[in-house]
Amino acid sequence: MSARRPLPRWADVALLPVLNLLLALIVFSIFVALIGQNPLQALAIMINGAFGYGEGVGFTLHFATSFVFTGLCVAVAAHAGLFNIGGEGQAYVASLGAIAVGFLMDHTVWWLVLPVAILASMIVGAAWAFIPGYLQAKRGSHVVITTIMFNFIASSLMAYLLVYVLKPAGVQEPSTANVVAAGKIPQLRQFFPWFGGAPLNMTIIFAVLALIAVYVLIWRTKFGYALRTMGHSPSASLYAGISNSRMIILVMMISGALAGMVAVNEVLGVQSRIVIDVTSGYGFVGIAVALMGRNHPIGIALAAVLFGALYQGGLDLQFYMPAITRDMIVVIQALVIMFTGAMEGLLRPGLETAFMLYSPRQKAEAAVRETVGTEG
Amino acid sequence: MDYEVIVSTLAATVRLTTPLLLACLAGLYSERSGVFDIGLEGKMLAGAFGAATVSVLTGNVWLGLAAAIVVSIIMAMLHALASITLKGNQIISGVAINFLAQGLTAVLGLAWFHQGGRTPPLPEGGRFEAIDWPWADQIHGIPIIGPLYATLLSGHNILVYVAFLCVPLTYWVLYRTRFGLRLRAVGENPKAVDTAGISVTLLRYRALIITGVLCGIAGAYFSIAQGNGFINNMTAGKGFIALAALIFAKWRPVPAMFATLLFGFLDALQIRLQGATLVGTNWQIPVQFIQALPYILTCILLAGFIGKAIGPKAGGIPYTKER
Amino acid sequence: MTASDATSTSQRPPGGAGSDLAIELRRINKRFGPVWANRDIDLGIKRGTIHGIVGENGAGKSTLMSILYGFYTADSGEIYVNGKREHITDSRHALALGIGMVHQHFMLVDNFSILENVILGVEGGAMLAPALSKARKELKRLAEGYSLDVDPDAIVQDVSVGQQQRVEILKALYRGADTLILDEPTGVLTPEEADDLFRVLHVLRDQGKTVILITHKLREIMAITDTVSVMRQGQMVATMPTKETSPEKLAELMVGRRVLLRVEKGPAHPGKPLLEVKNLVVADDLRVVRVKNVSFAVRAGEIVGIAGVAGNGQSELLESIAGMRDQLSGDVVLNGNVLSLEGDDGAHRARLAGLAHVPEDRQTEGLVVQFEEWENNILGYQHDPAYGRGLFLDIAAARKQAAERMKTFDIRPDNPRLKTANFSGGNQQKIVLAREMEQDPDVLVVGQPTRGVDIGAIEFIHNQIIKMRDAGKAILLVSVELDEIRSLSDRILVMFDGQIVGEADPAVATEGELGLMMAGIAKKEAAE
Repeated sequence: MSARRPLPRWADVALLPVLNLLLALIVFSIFVALIGQNPLQALAIMINGAFGYGEGVGFTLHFATSFVFTGLCVAVAAHAGLFNIGGEGQAYVASLGAIAVGFLMDHTVWWLVLPVAILASMIVGAAWAFIPGYLQAKRGSHVVITTIMFNFIASSLMAYLLVYVLKPAGVQEPSTANVVAAGKIPQLRQFFPWFGGAPLNMTIIFAVLALIAVYVLIWRTKFGYALRTMGHSPSASLYAGISNSRMIILVMMISGALAGMVAVNEVLGVQSRIVIDVTSGYGFVGIAVALMGRNHPIGIALAAVLFGALYQGGLDLQFYMPAITRDMIVVIQALVIMFTGAMEGLLRPGLETAFMLYSPRQKAEAAVRETVGTEG
Repeated sequence: MDYEVIVSTLAATVRLTTPLLLACLAGLYSERSGVFDIGLEGKMLAGAFGAATVSVLTGNVWLGLAAAIVVSIIMAMLHALASITLKGNQIISGVAINFLAQGLTAVLGLAWFHQGGRTPPLPEGGRFEAIDWPWADQIHGIPIIGPLYATLLSGHNILVYVAFLCVPLTYWVLYRTRFGLRLRAVGENPKAVDTAGISVTLLRYRALIITGVLCGIAGAYFSIAQGNGFINNMTAGKGFIALAALIFAKWRPVPAMFATLLFGFLDALQIRLQGATLVGTNWQIPVQFIQALPYILTCILLAGFIGKAIGPKAGGIPYTKER
Repeated sequence: MTASDATSTSQRPPGGAGSDLAIELRRINKRFGPVWANRDIDLGIKRGTIHGIVGENGAGKSTLMSILYGFYTADSGEIYVNGKREHITDSRHALALGIGMVHQHFMLVDNFSILENVILGVEGGAMLAPALSKARKELKRLAEGYSLDVDPDAIVQDVSVGQQQRVEILKALYRGADTLILDEPTGVLTPEEADDLFRVLHVLRDQGKTVILITHKLREIMAITDTVSVMRQGQMVATMPTKETSPEKLAELMVGRRVLLRVEKGPAHPGKPLLEVKNLVVADDLRVVRVKNVSFAVRAGEIVGIAGVAGNGQSELLESIAGMRDQLSGDVVLNGNVLSLEGDDGAHRARLAGLAHVPEDRQTEGLVVQFEEWENNILGYQHDPAYGRGLFLDIAAARKQAAERMKTFDIRPDNPRLKTANFSGGNQQKIVLAREMEQDPDVLVVGQPTRGVDIGAIEFIHNQIIKMRDAGKAILLVSVELDEIRSLSDRILVMFDGQIVGEADPAVATEGELGLMMAGIAKKEAAE
């Protein structure tokens, strides 16, 4: 039994994350000041860079598209009590699925390529996540460790393929050949010039669909019920006749499939080919996005846009303040993970006390509990 | 293969093992105390940056080492604050520490030195130099023993010897001292430790300080012993290899040495085999395969195909006095 | 190491009861958030006596003792040890004052030797070697003095539960404890081991030690204590010499009203066998065989109780029948059909066949405490078309049904949207019972139906189980509470070391006979 009244729901899902974000931004500002720059000016540049003009918005939403996928990847696993750190590797390997469809259907039309490529990259991402899932389910190896290992294995595998197998003759840089026609998913700037040079593309439709699908899956289906049961208590799901091993494997595959969609956004949407590290660490951003978004699709959508803005704002920041590199974003990302994920204990107790003191309803409920006395 | 080549590969193994071994022992203290540590990588990286920075500024390698240790301890204390005092998720805080180190070293490196995130090359006296053992040159000529003495034993910098001396030291601490007894106990059953009147919090903090010290030395090794200054992300996943080695060693000090030697050897082999072909064929052994081998081996081990690795029972769970 | 009597007599508190009190507590208060765990507690414990403290779960007994032992600090109040006011800040301090505690869940490091466990925290120096050799000698002396034999080099996880408890007692004595607190010490012991423990406690008392025994078993209080105190809802309601009270009186004090200790039930009318267990062999998670070739049948309209000390295979038997644990060999037959229970979704097939299961541990198995109540109302039956056809969940239907069941089973507060963790132990158990009984199963297997449940709810739960029986269901009951087994069952099977060692008629068998069988002693005779 906790020592305090739990927070009201709105404070738990909205106020606390916002406060934690503020905390991260304050620490960030201290670092900016530390290297002799004006933090307020830096923030202004970032906000303007992210939302101030069409191209900025386009970039923000493009990043957000990838972060929705990786955020959902972490969140679905988290609801089942699994910590999938392997989104990065799953997305990276899934790019093979995306590019394969791109090549095979390059002569068709983009609106056929897009869904098929999504499906293919989901399958490849799921397959890559299947192995850690299987090892956890059947052999008891901890999924956190194996997914970390599988990120490295993915990285080596892809490097090998790009250097030795997929690289077209006469090309210096390790990469695949380019898709040239229908394999290029149309970017929104082709229809709305307002987006300038932003790579925002049709894949964003699937980001929205994925958000809705995950919500329905987790809270409206029997599978989602079983998934949450296992996430809260594996012994209760065993009691309920839910096969934990099958569940772990399926959830990891769904999680990997969600990460896999990043590949379409980056490979067919931007690069038109696979290059080394084409997923640029977006899998790891998913951890911060899921934590920040409380593993809920609405929260993840907001957190993904926030991180998209940070990434895009970071690009502008680097341009206008050469003393600051884009790695500053990694710092913010770290701080957000730290404050919202691991250091919740920093603000929550104080906030709970504050609510006890200033909310008459909370006070009244506490008084009722007192008279009821001890229990359990 | 030529005997000299074998010996020099082994010497390279020793050099490549050193940071792995230090990080692995660092993880051993942390995880034996019940704090799961996937933040070894970040602690080392931060240490490497601290070492290079101070070494460049002062030209004093020992101040560089001290800085590495201090910076790494600060990171470890951040981890401790989040996972012990605030009872947060140890894995998440470990992830955060890795990103924090990665981001901060790049940002500060650029801001302070304006060389794209690198530090300038180390000045005179700012780097740990190889120590040649007495008469190494003379003995080198003696068959078999000579190269072993001159190349494998002699000619490393002091941190290499420190790392290997940490193995018996850790063994002694763990199994022969009061601190070791309590450390082993707190990772298995913190409540037993608490009810024996020992502070679980303090014990875990002390363990993490040691983790910080060892990661700091490992970091210093990267930037001011093996390397000549700091380069972005120069630990390159070695913290995770160390973690894999720790699992391989089943959280024991002497096996930790052998596990890291194995992974160090694979690394040395991979460098040696660049472009080499498999004997009798002309199939090039892809270096990527050897790079991935430690991770693959760890997964196979974790899957229980070669023995079972069961970690400290209380690992990963923040300790709370329950009602 | 300990405060001796000689020094304490000089500093007696004004109005103190004198040096015959080893421990005195005055106006102790302890709150956990809004909950009063201890409120204005006064208690004096005479030196050289065995003092029992009884109370229901959550009455505050363990909290009070944890305060005395320095595991918690009281919000207010005074503690006197040997007449001297003390501020016990942590357990190390309590130990220095001669107060030792044997916890309900042993505080031992499983992969340490007994010797290492004994010295943990009192090593006396930075090196281990001197501490180990000193402890080895001292253990030998204590073993002879109090007949507490152990092998100092044995690894704790390899020795029996009774031995582990001895290690706990030795740990306290090694630290110089004059006052020994035992928290529910017999819950995991066979009656024989418990008798052994009681003998040790008598020796300790006769040598001048003070023993505080926390328990909810009135029988133990009556058997070995000199004085008894009763707690209810965080308050101390009475303290009296054990000779001057009775179990009925104590039960009334514990609950605050008159309680029927006996269950009212008519004779059974057993029909055909509904549940048959044939040559069942089951292993636990560590692959140790815990159920060894067990066969029995439960007929329609009867309650078969399985008596036994915890850890003799009952849990594994129950889990296996309910499909939660694979069988190595043997069959579970329900209504004439052999159940196929392999795999980790065996529980699903068991339910489909008409078996309902109230698990031993409602907190981790029977309920997901983070769920809202209505979500737990469908746990295990989530595929039932009543809660939606196809892949989707019909949330409205599930909530409606949950609300109805809350009325039938008087579950309070009757809000299906409330988080399950916020219900009391008794109401949580009712949520599980409502779900399992309302499925109208042929067979109900029940584990520890009243563990951690307040006495009021116990009556209700017992009556519900009997109602099920009278409706012609076959009921298999497992409980470590011998009293519960005896009062509810129509037949009793005794389990020891994974085997059914005997069958008894609850109307005839005495507690002593059952106890012998539970200890595996009367095995031969019972089998004949």
